[in-house]
Amino acid sequence: MDAKDILGLPKTPLPITQEKKSRPQKDSQRKPDGISREVYALTGGLAPLMPSIDVSQLKRRPPSDEKITWQWLPFTSSARKDDLQLYHWARVVNGVPPTGDYSFAKYNKSVDVIRYTDEEYEKYLTDPTWTKEETDQLFDFCERFDLRFIIIADRFPTSRTVEELKDRYYSVSRAILIARAPSPGEVAGHPLVKEPYNVSQETERKRALSMVLSQTKHQERKDAEVIAEAKRIAESRMAAQGVEEPDLPVTSDIGPENAEKAIGHGDAISPSNVHVPSAAVAPSTSILADNTSTLASLRMLRVYLRTYALEQMVQAASSSAGLRTIKRVEQTLQDLGVNLKPKVPTKAVCAEHLELRKEILTLLNLQKQLQYKEAEGSSFRDGSYGDMPGTPKRSLRAADQDRTFVPDTISFGGERVGKREQKRKGPGRVSETPSSPAHKRPRKLKASDL
Amino acid sequence: MPHTAIEAQAEDGGSASKPQRIIKLGKTSDDIDKKSTNRRVKDVEICVPIVYGTIAFYLGRKASESQSHKWTVYVRGATNEDLGAVIKHVVFQLHPSFNNPTRIVESPPFELSECGWGEFEIGISLFFHSDVCDKQLDLYHHLKLYPEDESGPQSTKKPVVVESYNEIVFPDPSECFFARVQNHPAVLVPRLPAGFSLPAPVPLENMNENGRGDTKDHPLSQWFMNFSEADELLKLAAARQQVQAHIVKLRRQLSAIDGMPQPLKPASSYECT
Repeated sequence: MDAKDILGLPKTPLPITQEKKSRPQKDSQRKPDGISREVYALTGGLAPLMPSIDVSQLKRRPPSDEKITWQWLPFTSSARKDDLQLYHWARVVNGVPPTGDYSFAKYNKSVDVIRYTDEEYEKYLTDPTWTKEETDQLFDFCERFDLRFIIIADRFPTSRTVEELKDRYYSVSRAILIARAPSPGEVAGHPLVKEPYNVSQETERKRALSMVLSQTKHQERKDAEVIAEAKRIAESRMAAQGVEEPDLPVTSDIGPENAEKAIGHGDAISPSNVHVPSAAVAPSTSILADNTSTLASLRMLRVYLRTYALEQMVQAASSSAGLRTIKRVEQTLQDLGVNLKPKVPTKAVCAEHLELRKEILTLLNLQKQLQYKEAEGSSFRDGSYGDMPGTPKRSLRAADQDRTFVPDTISFGGERVGKREQKRKGPGRVSETPSSPAHKRPRKLKASDL
Repeated sequence: MPHTAIEAQAEDGGSASKPQRIIKLGKTSDDIDKKSTNRRVKDVEICVPIVYGTIAFYLGRKASESQSHKWTVYVRGATNEDLGAVIKHVVFQLHPSFNNPTRIVESPPFELSECGWGEFEIGISLFFHSDVCDKQLDLYHHLKLYPEDESGPQSTKKPVVVESYNEIVFPDPSECFFARVQNHPAVLVPRLPAGFSLPAPVPLENMNENGRGDTKDHPLSQWFMNFSEADELLKLAAARQQVQAHIVKLRRQLSAIDGMPQPLKPASSYECT
């Protein structure tokens, strides 16, 4: 710069050269696109100037003293029954072609289908429903198709079900094995002998399986509900049994003491015994079953607070619901102007509160069902998805009462709590792209259907 | 604690109707006494509505650094009746910075007054009479000294009151307890079916030696809150109605989509009310 000053040259080129210098510098310091700055920094910042792996080292091969050529040579395979000679490229080392069998011949496995003689057939294997020709043909097919019964059934001239074919094959093989065996004990370990094929069981099993696979979603849900109920009833019975035990010692303590005196001995004990199991057996719904087991456990305490009892019952009623659903119930309660924990927890208030919570749970479940159904329907329709979220809103508003009762929350299934539900795809983002939840939900459903 | 003469009715030989749950005995009063305290009235619960909380006054000019407020913690009957029939004594567990933080109040009214500056959680343990329950019940209450709206100076006239309503429930109470409190104003006792007979009530020892146990004319009673279940019941009923209406609507929508007649749902909650 000083030199130019001395020479009197203009300074204007300087800013341009400075720019050029700074730009390449900046470019190399800038992080590459498509990767966040922090992640890039993890790799040590700038890309290395020298590659860490020497590329020229990669494709080197070990120097070999053998002379390798590849030749187009004929070969035979032991897997073939004919002597067909086919050709392929073979790796010739120092003029010596490869020896040995064709390398893939070892994969030619087949099943040992037992063949019977005609005498054996006459002696052991006759069956009213099967002719000898059919049985012979069955065994031919079994050998030919390696016991692939579906294919055998398909190609079998007379129409027989897979189970019938299997039955015939296995029973014949079993009979032959037993007949040929020198003593029954020797063959007893053979799987064919140990576990005979059970036609009726198999038919039944396949029928049940096909029924399960062809169930509609509606049925699936019903089944799940029934199973859940059954589980709860079983659990409440167990809890009731647990309650019975302590009751028994209490009454029996008094029992022996009173035995000499009291006449109503049996009366005292039996009502307590009878009552608890009947309380457990009577409820037919899951909700009542939950209540009973909670009540039973509450009775075990000699003293408790009403609020504690309510908490236990609420927990029992919400046991099937996830945390998100519970939050939604609480949100709904708030929107309805109801205290989450009653300010005056009397017996009546607590009972009403519990019932209200259960009803809200039912309501939320119904909403979810409705959403699923609508999503299902809309995945087939090319309708305007924009309509969908709106319609329930409109219908709710139509019959609205004095209080504007959470139309948003109900119709969108918790749009207001969308923030909390952001992790889950769908309802939280209804307002932005109505189509996306509808798309995503059917896909999710299909995966879970299977 | 045998009391004579009163158990004579147990010598009854001719009661034709034997209620299922009660056993009649015919021997010594001592034995009978023991038995009747052991025997319980099944499927019945005795309920004692209580209110517990704190009232705190700012001391104003008399306030010092370490004692700015005077507060009282108490447990009272919800209708201000005497709880002494049920509760034997109450233990208030104060902050360890207090002298003797474990304060026992032996007789009603079950309350404790102190001076201090800090807010903390007070442990309230209720101990019941022997025929009531041998387990204690623990409550917790946060002592509030400073009012919600911090606008302006604190008043010495208007205290900060925080009360909680709750109900103590005794499932399957002992016959003795039941008989004793059957007609007590502080206790909610269900009516027993006709034909039920209980041993005659045995009054407790040392009852009301220190005067009144109720809080009806308590000096702080003007600050006591009113707890009415009517408001909440109304709100709850209204809420339930709304929810039920929505459920009906959704069910209709669902069945329209299903194309089936109203689907039969497993008995839902509102069918079992």
